[in-house]
Amino acid sequence: MSATPDRLVDFDEVLTRYEPVMGLETHVELGTASKMFCGCSTTFGAEPNTQTCPTCLGLPGSLPVANAAAIESTIRIGLALGCRIATWARFSRKNYFYPDIPKGFQTTQYDEPLCTAGHLDVEVDGETYRVEIERVHLEEDTGKNLHVGGSTGRIHGADHSLIDYNRAGIPLVEIVTRPIPGAGAKAPEVAKAYVTELREILVALGVSEVRMEQGNLRCDVNTSLAPIGSLEWGTRTETKNVNSLRSVERAVRFEMRRQAALLDEGQRIFQETRHFHEDTGTTSPGRSKEEATDYRYFPEPDLVPVAPDEEWVAALLAALPELPAARRSRLSDEWGIAPTEMAWLVNAGAVELVSDTVAAGASPADARKWWLGDLARRANDTGTELGELAVTPKQVAELIGLISAGTINDQLARQTLDGVLAGEGDPAAVVEARGLAVMGESDELVSAVDAAIEGNPDVAEKVRGGKVQAIGALVGAVMKTTRGKADAATVKRMLEERLVS
Amino acid sequence: MSDLTSTDAAELGRLLSAGEVTAVEVTRAYLDRIAAEDDALGAYLHVDGESALRTAEQVDAARAGGTATGPLAGIPLALKDVVVTEGVPTTSGSKILEGWRPPYDATLAARLKNAGTVLLGKTNMDEFAMGSSTENSAYRVTRNPWDHDRIPGGSSGGSSAAVAGGLAPWAIGTDTGGSIRQPAAVTGLVGHKPTYGSVSRYGLIAFSSSLDQAGPMTRTVLDAALLHEAVAGHDPLDSTSIASPVPVLAEAARRGAEGDLAGLRVGVVTELGGDGHTDGYDEGVLARFTETVALLESLGAEVRQVSCPAFDLALPAYYLIAPSEASSNLARFDGVRYGLRVGDDGARDLDEVMALTREQGFGPEVKRRIILGTYALSSGYYDAYYGQAQKVRTLINRDFTSAWDDVDVLVSPTSPTVAWEVGARVDDPIAMYAADLCTLPASLAGVPAISVPCGLSEGLPVGFQIMAPALADDRCYKVAAALEAAQDAARGSRFLDQLAARPAGSVA
Repeated sequence: MSATPDRLVDFDEVLTRYEPVMGLETHVELGTASKMFCGCSTTFGAEPNTQTCPTCLGLPGSLPVANAAAIESTIRIGLALGCRIATWARFSRKNYFYPDIPKGFQTTQYDEPLCTAGHLDVEVDGETYRVEIERVHLEEDTGKNLHVGGSTGRIHGADHSLIDYNRAGIPLVEIVTRPIPGAGAKAPEVAKAYVTELREILVALGVSEVRMEQGNLRCDVNTSLAPIGSLEWGTRTETKNVNSLRSVERAVRFEMRRQAALLDEGQRIFQETRHFHEDTGTTSPGRSKEEATDYRYFPEPDLVPVAPDEEWVAALLAALPELPAARRSRLSDEWGIAPTEMAWLVNAGAVELVSDTVAAGASPADARKWWLGDLARRANDTGTELGELAVTPKQVAELIGLISAGTINDQLARQTLDGVLAGEGDPAAVVEARGLAVMGESDELVSAVDAAIEGNPDVAEKVRGGKVQAIGALVGAVMKTTRGKADAATVKRMLEERLVS
Repeated sequence: MSDLTSTDAAELGRLLSAGEVTAVEVTRAYLDRIAAEDDALGAYLHVDGESALRTAEQVDAARAGGTATGPLAGIPLALKDVVVTEGVPTTSGSKILEGWRPPYDATLAARLKNAGTVLLGKTNMDEFAMGSSTENSAYRVTRNPWDHDRIPGGSSGGSSAAVAGGLAPWAIGTDTGGSIRQPAAVTGLVGHKPTYGSVSRYGLIAFSSSLDQAGPMTRTVLDAALLHEAVAGHDPLDSTSIASPVPVLAEAARRGAEGDLAGLRVGVVTELGGDGHTDGYDEGVLARFTETVALLESLGAEVRQVSCPAFDLALPAYYLIAPSEASSNLARFDGVRYGLRVGDDGARDLDEVMALTREQGFGPEVKRRIILGTYALSSGYYDAYYGQAQKVRTLINRDFTSAWDDVDVLVSPTSPTVAWEVGARVDDPIAMYAADLCTLPASLAGVPAISVPCGLSEGLPVGFQIMAPALADDRCYKVAAALEAAQDAARGSRFLDQLAARPAGSVA
């Protein structure tokens, strides 16, 4: 166990003495209708232990049958990552005792995985980093332990524990990178960018909902430090269950700072599993790998080997959707924007939203303006993701259409958006119901303009005298009486007709 | 009408279909004998007479009402307690599963239920099918009906004792390294281990997944074929189940009984009791074997010697592979979800409760094999033990494959000895393991093998083993039926009639 409490070295200082190497193991719960080895449903959030059967409960005599859809999804992930697809793969048993694995072993893949030797390029601050993928394999998820009593929800201090096997047997794909050296100060961001890009790919493939908050995507982050110039890498720690994109970055950053402090003191790093704490952004030691279980892997005799047909794999490759990187590059061209602007869209999670908005008829510039502008602000204010706002790209396109048609102006559009977000219906309906349409040159507007001139004789006189810029005050007055419903350009023209010509 | 409890199953089926007896009458006859004799024999772990009679009544009612019933409807049956049966206690002979009532049926149990058979009960066995004498049962000792001082074989010893002793017309056993064939041999039954993958393993409590197969234990070859057909066939719930049509076996048995084996090429395996390989074999067993080979020749078969050198390595390979798989298969018995839980007193932690449960729930032979298997799979030892054993398995497969170039079937004694006395080998696991010497090669290669009675030695039954290529189970039945018919004709009675003629439990 390492020393506590953790002393930390300033991040920039770490990099003056040490070179980080990272590795990531990412677990993705596939979105198949049924579990990996039985027919049970995979729906999230069901009553505990209602989605179980003899097989996923590990009852005596039960046997597994591999889910063909899960194998297909795994191969598609492998193909999207440029992996070699095995012509012969097997499942293996990983033997260890824990109540959340009902059979006393986890069915996984060991030395004969489905996919090997791929890569994923990620971009950080305009620079491309190649992350080598060691393997992509298929396994089953464990059940969930609920520790009752005690304050922490952890097993220590708990009265008793309950187990929910609904999750047991859900297909889980594990994507393992090779060690990633050379990222230096960018290491935490490269780690985050890798998981972000991986997530985008999984979304594009449609193989998982990849909702990190539901545990669909979970990361184990390996981090080590070696003195700059050292020929050997340092001893790594494995930080388990880092379950948000932001936390991936924080976990690497924290481990770099913590390990640097230990190395500075001449201590050694123990190869160990560490837990990540979302609240504090820190890690703490778990069980030590040095006394880890011997998992006694051997080929699962209850399952036959998987031998993906080469033609089938070729067909899967041909049918892959456009992958996010290619898509971004194409959209940048189509929208006429620079890579940096595309990077903002990516960071804001707005690429698909903008694309869908454009598809619904808006111009790329308008779509970007609204999603990155007003809508991003609203999402930020309420602490939600952009995609979770209660407005659809189609509605945003409709809103933009109303502006272009002159039905509303930007200010009215914001009020319209308030209505849409409040669930009052589509933009046109909100404009109608709230009476937000811009006034034409109606009697009401004529009298408002005349009233503004009469009510502000000094200003009117200045305008007549040639101080045209003073007209803004009169426009403001009209806008005020019409509660913003007038079109400012129209008002200005009407005032000019009366005062200037 | 002859005694219903000594009638073979095919004949019972005929009598039931013809309306000459009712299922209730047949079932009651067996239940009466179980009640009278099983205290002494110890064949059953669980008998539910009421449920059996209820099923029998339903079959009778269906038949009386003209509802179509299959040929097996109303025939009673015993299942080895390794077969999971919905709502019926299933222990696999272990204390760790005492009181467990499964929520589902094994595929073969469901098929037999749907066929209208009447489940008499669950038969005793070596704990988790680990043993050759049924003495490793956590519950009771089972006696050999031919001599109550002797073992009924194992691990399907409850099934062999029940069928030979007239407490069931037929039974299902399971065979991992010989657990159908050896008990059948030492009790004078026909026992067949099907081609691996031809009978679903779904719902058989796993001992060694790559070896386990269920099969029939019966009084005649035809009965074995009929019962095998009833349980065979592809099962989508078992990934290792072969997707091929159910083999035509009863017809093969009937053809074989006509006695013409002209053109059949028979290989006698040198390594299984042949020259230079007779250590540990009873003289009487070898004599019966030689006579039976001669009988095959007299029926038209061409006999030759075949050497399968890798068979000498079958025993050590088996005792690495089977325990390795078992160590993993038995990991689920941890006291968390079902069965025994020991020491959960709020003071002990999870690991202690699991360890105590397994310490008290498993018997010594099960622990021995878990330890063996855990060791063989351990990092650093895997290649030397499990890996090497798998290579031996490949060599054994090759010996079979090259033998099939020259012969249609291979034959050997089923077991080197007749039934030994209860207790004689309990302290000598190696001697116990040697009982499987002849049955292990077919298990490791996954090929079918049948044991058919071939006479008596010291007044006790001797078995003759016939092995065939994968999916050629029909050859086993054909040859076995020819032998059975020829022997019955020479004797003027069925093999088991010799037992029925003697007072129960007599020493020969």
